[in-house]
Amino acid sequence: MAKRIEVSGLNAYYGKTRAIEDISMTIEPRSVTAFIGPSGCGKSTFLRTLNRMHEVIPSARVEGKVLLDEVDLYGAGVDPVAVRRVIGMVFQRPNPFPTMSIYENVVAGLKLNGVRRKGQLDEIVEKSLRGANLWNEVKDRLGRPGAGLSGGQQQRLCIARAIAVEPQVLLMDEPCSALDPISTLAIEDLIANLKDQYTIVIVTHNMQQAARVSDRTAFFNLAGPGKPGRMVEIDETNKIFTNPGEKATEDYITGRFG
Amino acid sequence: MSAIDLSGPSAARKIKDKVALVLVCVAFALALIPLVTVLWTVVKNGLKRFDVEFFTHSMNAIGGRDAGGGAYHAIIGTIEQVGLASVIAIPIGVLTAVYLVEYGGGGRLARVVTFFVDVMTGVPSIVAGLFIFAFWLKLLGFEYMGFAGSMSLSILMMPTVVRAAEEMLKLVPNDLREASFALGVPRWRTICFVVLPTAFTGIITGVMLAVARVMGETAPLLVTVFVTTAINNDPFKGPQMSLPLFIWDQAQLPQQVAIDRAWTGALTLILFIMLLNLAARLIARLRKPVSR
Repeated sequence: MAKRIEVSGLNAYYGKTRAIEDISMTIEPRSVTAFIGPSGCGKSTFLRTLNRMHEVIPSARVEGKVLLDEVDLYGAGVDPVAVRRVIGMVFQRPNPFPTMSIYENVVAGLKLNGVRRKGQLDEIVEKSLRGANLWNEVKDRLGRPGAGLSGGQQQRLCIARAIAVEPQVLLMDEPCSALDPISTLAIEDLIANLKDQYTIVIVTHNMQQAARVSDRTAFFNLAGPGKPGRMVEIDETNKIFTNPGEKATEDYITGRFG
Repeated sequence: MSAIDLSGPSAARKIKDKVALVLVCVAFALALIPLVTVLWTVVKNGLKRFDVEFFTHSMNAIGGRDAGGGAYHAIIGTIEQVGLASVIAIPIGVLTAVYLVEYGGGGRLARVVTFFVDVMTGVPSIVAGLFIFAFWLKLLGFEYMGFAGSMSLSILMMPTVVRAAEEMLKLVPNDLREASFALGVPRWRTICFVVLPTAFTGIITGVMLAVARVMGETAPLLVTVFVTTAINNDPFKGPQMSLPLFIWDQAQLPQQVAIDRAWTGALTLILFIMLLNLAARLIARLRKPVSR
């Protein structure tokens, strides 16, 4: 059920400013692809174009093609809402819905899309929370508010919420940057488990993390000061970190950047 | 390197600090004086007629000189008129705010709406009353009725509701909207099930302030509801009474019994507004998810 994503000639704009320039890449199914690069080089913007979240921002727009198993996500007649049901997203800061309990948070995506059978929902809640390595910690307090959990637990709750709708692809925008090392480890273990079923794309500033969790890594950089971001190269993670094809990549990962 | 200075603020600064503290406390006490005085006077004078008869009888067939009588008809009128005004103004107000924050996006229509909401905030209450008088009673030819009063009150309520709801909706973090969109939830469901519930407590507080504000309005009711001494339960037929009208009506009479009735009317009105505020707080508390 995991799917391949093929991006070709993608440009993204905020108003008149071009944020990313002419990106093409293939994201393999059932694997983890990491995006690394300096701040402001368009990694997150590019990630958000993959499930049409970019256009949620007023005046933001996208040019180019994103094929999900042959279907163009930006084709005519494609409903962005339907795209987001197939391609889930986890954000940088944990953002559980404050008015909802843990249980309600997990089923929010389903309930808001009309699944209401209690037995079915109970099953999905347990499955999703187990999938997010959170079940044992919260199974006795599913009725408590989701905002009452610790930061790391909240982030895993958000992952449970994202996988409850059974997407094909899971996008993660720096999911560990607000977490301590132990919670980070829990999330990384989780990513390793999830890649059996999902196509995972993760943006991270932590190069060790990219090296630990990903199969393939893409390096992004600015084309120059004041110019849009672009992808420098994408390759097997091993290769990027030991023998990159581009000088810029080597400078960045060895810390000689800038 | 000289020694590090760890001594506290200088004597001059300490004195300034004390002076500022005293000034702030005095200002607070001054602000409290009118509030406490009003409450004290109303309670003291109002308790004289705060009896069962006041809440169960109207003024039908009771002259200004007679003792007894009550404000039952006025209480019924106030509840019906303010209730109907809320039914009109709250949905329109909240929906307008939803448009401005969630859909308008600073566009031309949103700016025009915001401008007119600001203008409406400044409309004197008698003008709202006269507008309904000219439109509903004169142009369309209806008689005096509670509903006409409700319409004029709703004109006064709407801008307050829009403003309060708008501010509260703006406070809902964008993260939550994005989290919901990312789950494949359409915008309207996101608004109904994520944004509005998150802002609910604040919106309720704002709405209650708007209700409390129009509950004490007299002028617009005078020209739309008129006055009566009898009980009229039907807000769509014939003149009604309301608490502010009752107070105004009784307070202009020279007899002490009438003036006592006016005081008790004022006390009742204050209690009503207090109860509404308490109810709003209770609803807000019950709405919160289970304790952590």
